[in-house]
Amino acid sequence: MQYMILNYTSPAEYTNADDVRAAADGAVWGAYTKALIDAGVLVGGNALHPSHTATTLRVRDRGRDIQDGPYAATKEHLGGYYIIEVPDLDTALVWAARNPAASSGAVEVRPVVMRSA
Amino acid sequence: MNQPHEALERLARLSYGRLVARLAARTGSVSAAADALSDALVRALETWPRRGVPDQPEAWLIATAKNCLVDAARHAQVAARGEAHLTLLQEERSDMAQAATPDRILNLMFVCAHPAIDAAMRTPLMLQLVLGLDARRMAGAFLIAPGTLSQRLTRARAKIEVARIRFALPDTADMADRLDPVLAAIYAAYTVGSDGQMAGDAKSSALAREAIWLASLLASRMPGEPEAQALLALMLYAEARRSARLDAEGRFVPLEVQDVAIWDEGLMRDADLAMRMAARNATLGRYQIEAAIQAAHADRRHRSPTDWRAIADLYRGLVALHPTTGAITGLAAALGEAEGAAAGLAALERVDPARAESYQPLWAVRAHLLRRAGDRPGALAAYGRAISLSPDPAVRAFLETRRQDLTL
Repeated sequence: MQYMILNYTSPAEYTNADDVRAAADGAVWGAYTKALIDAGVLVGGNALHPSHTATTLRVRDRGRDIQDGPYAATKEHLGGYYIIEVPDLDTALVWAARNPAASSGAVEVRPVVMRSA
Repeated sequence: MNQPHEALERLARLSYGRLVARLAARTGSVSAAADALSDALVRALETWPRRGVPDQPEAWLIATAKNCLVDAARHAQVAARGEAHLTLLQEERSDMAQAATPDRILNLMFVCAHPAIDAAMRTPLMLQLVLGLDARRMAGAFLIAPGTLSQRLTRARAKIEVARIRFALPDTADMADRLDPVLAAIYAAYTVGSDGQMAGDAKSSALAREAIWLASLLASRMPGEPEAQALLALMLYAEARRSARLDAEGRFVPLEVQDVAIWDEGLMRDADLAMRMAARNATLGRYQIEAAIQAAHADRRHRSPTDWRAIADLYRGLVALHPTTGAITGLAAALGEAEGAAAGLAALERVDPARAESYQPLWAVRAHLLRRAGDRPGALAAYGRAISLSPDPAVRAFLETRRQDLTL
């Protein structure tokens, strides 16, 4: 079973790509990523550029409506995500609790729709 | 007094294996037979000393154990259906053929009360999957439109399935957090059931009994969890007093003047036993304090009058731990008896006015205290408020009589 762990972090923490890169390789996030790898549960994941670089697009009757900024303006923004492979939600929640964003922002856990086996 | 115990001990020692075998032949499950027999032995311990050893003690034990098995089997069937429903997409499907054991029912309860489940749906979900209640019947009790309730229940079941919540008891480390919603859901089921029952709904009394069944299952599977034992005790004390809350004419009788002879002594003893179990690993928990308050009321069986000072102290502890409107109202009532109306009224000042507005017990207590403090207009207004908030006709009539006494 695969789960996506969405890291909702404070936009103030990482304002540019260098901050993001430094943080991803830094002690806190680096250690978390390494723990996921060592446990053999990591499938994939990425850090994202800050939400002020986001573009939101809708296609309506009159064509494309393009807006600057993330889809939902929230206090925390989607800073990155992991995909992990674990047996059940309870195990996914154990990993989510160790995610650095859990103590500073919030973490969302979503089951991934698997292609039928 | 010794004879029943001796008879039981001899039976348990000499015939235990044979009785289990006889019961197991009927059910096909040795562990279910052993569980039922131990329930029957506990019941014998309670009733034999009072009513004497039956003529055919073995037959009595078998008959009682069979009744326990019927109850358990009925619940197991419903739970197995609920479980099967949820595990359709899960690998566990393969061993679904086997009947739901008490442990599996317990797992299902923990799944229903999982923190990832919509908090408002935990109790209805448990009632649906573990006890087989349908959404239409529950809707009234949970003040949700039937269509909305079944939609939200469907969503909750889908979440269990799709997000794959684990069918197992939580780890010891998580147990404290996970047990709370299970206890809360069982207690909510009991409250909904007994409130409805008081308002004259027959189906509700079945719900109250089912909730007690869940609590006793939980308590029997978790003997070392003081809060689980205390919840069972709490519910049994309340249940034991049920028949005494109305007199022969159907009039409401307040707890402190109920005739203790009408209280169900068997249930009271079950409750006392659960209290002793809880005391073995006592912690500072909400249900232990609430059960201790009930035990203090039940103590009027042995020594009268009620020890209101002790009850007020327990409510103080409860308010410190869980300052709910109900706990503060209980504290006010106890202080009113222990220290006088002024102390009770002062305690009521602590309730958030927005919450106080529609809470019937608070207005009943307030009316009582104002009357004793000599504030006639205040008491009249509070009685009016309490009456308009009472769903139970007997309570309404009781409060109306009190109000009329004031206007004479």
